[in-house]
Amino acid sequence: MSLSRPDIERIAQLARLDLTEQEVPVYVDSLTRIVGLVGQLESAVTTGIEPMAHPLPGMVQRLRPDEVLETDQHERYQRNAGQVQAGLYLVPKVIE
Amino acid sequence: MAESRSISMGTVAGLAKALSRGEFSSVELTRDSLARIAREQPRLNAFVTVTAESALAEAAAADGLRQAGRAGPLTGIPLAHKDIFCTDGVLTSCGSKMLANFVAPYDATVVTRLKAAGMVTVGKTNMDEFAMGSSNETSYFGPVRNPWDLECVPGGSSGGSAAAVAARLVPAATATDTGGSIRQPAALTGITGLKPTYGRVSRYGMIAFASSLDQGGTLTASAEDAALLLQVMAGFDPRDSTSVDLPVPDYSATLAAPLQGLRIGLPREFFDKGLEPGCETLIRAALGEYQRLGATLHDISCPNLPLSVPTYYVVAPAECSSNLARFDGVRFGHRCANPKNLADLYRRSRGEGFGAEVKRRIMTGTYVLSAGYYDAYYLKAQQVRQLISRDFAQAFEQVDVIMGPTSPTPAFKLGAKTDDPITMYLNDIYTIGANLAGLPGLSIPCGFLGHLPVGLQLVGPHFSEARLLNVAHRYQLATDWHARLPGAA
Repeated sequence: MSLSRPDIERIAQLARLDLTEQEVPVYVDSLTRIVGLVGQLESAVTTGIEPMAHPLPGMVQRLRPDEVLETDQHERYQRNAGQVQAGLYLVPKVIE
Repeated sequence: MAESRSISMGTVAGLAKALSRGEFSSVELTRDSLARIAREQPRLNAFVTVTAESALAEAAAADGLRQAGRAGPLTGIPLAHKDIFCTDGVLTSCGSKMLANFVAPYDATVVTRLKAAGMVTVGKTNMDEFAMGSSNETSYFGPVRNPWDLECVPGGSSGGSAAAVAARLVPAATATDTGGSIRQPAALTGITGLKPTYGRVSRYGMIAFASSLDQGGTLTASAEDAALLLQVMAGFDPRDSTSVDLPVPDYSATLAAPLQGLRIGLPREFFDKGLEPGCETLIRAALGEYQRLGATLHDISCPNLPLSVPTYYVVAPAECSSNLARFDGVRFGHRCANPKNLADLYRRSRGEGFGAEVKRRIMTGTYVLSAGYYDAYYLKAQQVRQLISRDFAQAFEQVDVIMGPTSPTPAFKLGAKTDDPITMYLNDIYTIGANLAGLPGLSIPCGFLGHLPVGLQLVGPHFSEARLLNVAHRYQLATDWHARLPGAA
């Protein structure tokens, strides 16, 4: 199966990735090859096989009581943010 | 070889003895390691950050503990962390432009534990961007070179950690393995690489690539050293929801146990036409050594194993596309200049911040999870993953350990496999199976093809790290491949 230029543009849009004009044909080619590779899975007989949900057999995701354990360190964490004001992360205006 | 052998070129076990006898101090040892790192950095590019100042302070503190009679087996020994582990107050780049300005606000559990054991952090090692690669060529900070041949790659994604240990700039380094990223670079640089069972080592503070496959582990000069580090790194962590609450055995206590009666399984799928004949000869010779040590060899089959690469390239990109959605230019990481609106902020920050391979994996993952394709790819891959897992489980009813090559070839030239992603992905054909099934795996050097090292891979049942380390250690007592040093060291 071959992917087209509109396919790649659609995937990039879903993934919120800006691609340059030069990048699009590169990904048309390499994603087509990868889809070809993963297409080998069609040959496997998987009728009635439970999809694997955890790498360790019989293990399930642990739960913990919903208690506050961490202290408020937002100032420390926000030092890595691009734009912060009054303890809030700033983004471009969402509502026009 | 250096004009005279530096003190920092010893093993973890050897350095521990020397420190306890007072042959030198941790400050002297750390200075020596830092000097070697500075000298080799222009050639190997193994480090992204060197933390010289804090390392010397930690070394002085370690010497103080020793004088007070409170030193443990790892106190005062230098260590490097793969730049995927968060280190409080230190740049944690994950090999990406996206995080080239990210100063972690906390320590990963692995970092906390090794620090508590008294180890001295000398820096953060280079790696493939977000651990996506098998040659360390996708790093934003440039490729790492292989100490055995500077024209060759060190493998990846833990290429910086591997090159640093292979050249004995540090006696040990942390690393992570999602599809072979500890074992393959260990093989290509002639050192010992251990990927523990999924859940054995905490993933807290380890930047996520594919959460059901990622596992932290060690790169060291020997299995004996790997046992010393794993002893400290392993164990339950309430901060990682997939951390397993099982007791940690004494990994050093059983290292020397005899191998009489050990049953070694050889899956025919590990000895396929993709394996370079020269590598196969060395693997077979190593298996002969194991027979002399009392083990028996058994031909087995894991019929679904040839589907491990296609399975991986659905599961890993799917998880990667979800995990890397957090990089949006808002809370941390690269933020584009003058965004027009929120969508533009997301798209340009991500487009500018991620490199080519990371974008390829995000898009592959987005595609296989998108409407209309989920059943055909993701669900199907998780079913095949179950089949591969069962193949291993059935094999371990007949044998104690599985052996085969770690990688189909020795180290290849820089740029040799960068044009076609599939060629690069096939480097991990023998290592991916253990990740899909959550099994522990280990690579040890077993000879040289020309001037380049070749690795033997050991895979065991879940939580069999003690046995794997024992099996590797006995081989290292009988051979000296692991003790060979590259000319560049």
